[in-house]
Amino acid sequence: MSVTSEATRITVNGEPLAVAPGMSVAGLIGQLGLDTRKVAVERNMEIVPRSTYADVRLTPGDAIEIVHFIGGG
Amino acid sequence: MGSHIGTGDVWTVAGRKFASRLVVGTGKYKDLPTTAAAIEASGAEMVTVAVRRVNLSDRNAPMLQDYVSPQRYTYLPNTAGCFTADEAVRTLRLAREAGGWNLVKLEVLGPAPTLYPDMPATFEAAKALIKDGFEVMVYCSDDPIAAKRLEEMGCVAIMPLGAPIGSGLGVQNPLMIQMIIEQAKVPVLVDAGVGTAYDATFAMELGCAAVLVNSAIAMADDPVLMARAMKAGVKAGRLAFRAGRIPRRGFASASSPMTGLIR
Repeated sequence: MSVTSEATRITVNGEPLAVAPGMSVAGLIGQLGLDTRKVAVERNMEIVPRSTYADVRLTPGDAIEIVHFIGGG
Repeated sequence: MGSHIGTGDVWTVAGRKFASRLVVGTGKYKDLPTTAAAIEASGAEMVTVAVRRVNLSDRNAPMLQDYVSPQRYTYLPNTAGCFTADEAVRTLRLAREAGGWNLVKLEVLGPAPTLYPDMPATFEAAKALIKDGFEVMVYCSDDPIAAKRLEEMGCVAIMPLGAPIGSGLGVQNPLMIQMIIEQAKVPVLVDAGVGTAYDATFAMELGCAAVLVNSAIAMADDPVLMARAMKAGVKAGRLAFRAGRIPRRGFASASSPMTGLIR
């Protein structure tokens, strides 16, 4: 339970998620099993540039959006 | 329009040259392999795509990019589902980060059953996107005044509807489409309303730079065959436009000479 109590609680695409303290955006994308080249990330309504994924640390309450391209007209 | 590079009849938008005058959507297909096959058959070089949340509950789901390569096709991210300028700008900033390009399709729609372009919101979003460095191809009403204003704002292509999205009714207001084309210095594309190949031909005969088709291909019984039909239809319309059609007349004019008849 100690891990849970220390976890950083965020939301990803509207769903609550607990991640390891100090986790970076790169770490989150890796944990979710996504390919960084195929997604874009927004943190609290601000774009997170791909070049900064390793440097941006998640903090409690962060609202993360991860999007990709799908079929559309 | 009508710029000729080498022997090809290409069109140019925001400095990018395209030989194919058929732009296709990637939505509404039954699966991704069919999407890929139909787009291949269409000969399109530019495809529209939507931006959506990654499905975190099915992370191994196939992605569009695995079937329709952004290296091969120019992705044109759209703002489908956005009903305000803020949503459109936010969506396309994400698209720019995901894809790394500035060329986008702006569409701000009103509610069903019309899904008609919401022009006040479209103007607002176009202004914000252009300020933010985007190159905006804009879906709009078939209103020559609105089209001119969008061009003056800096939109790189004007894309009036031929008929409501997905209706398959063809170009309902050819006079206004023609007026928009005649006054425009940027490419004009009919976007929405094409139902079958001759609708695309007709739009091209009016002088459109290109036609954008999604539902008519994706929802056809055989999407790959319809993609081929659209490709041929667009080519026929373009050739006819360049050839210059005969005037419409309210009387007959014999095709065979009336001289040298046997007596």
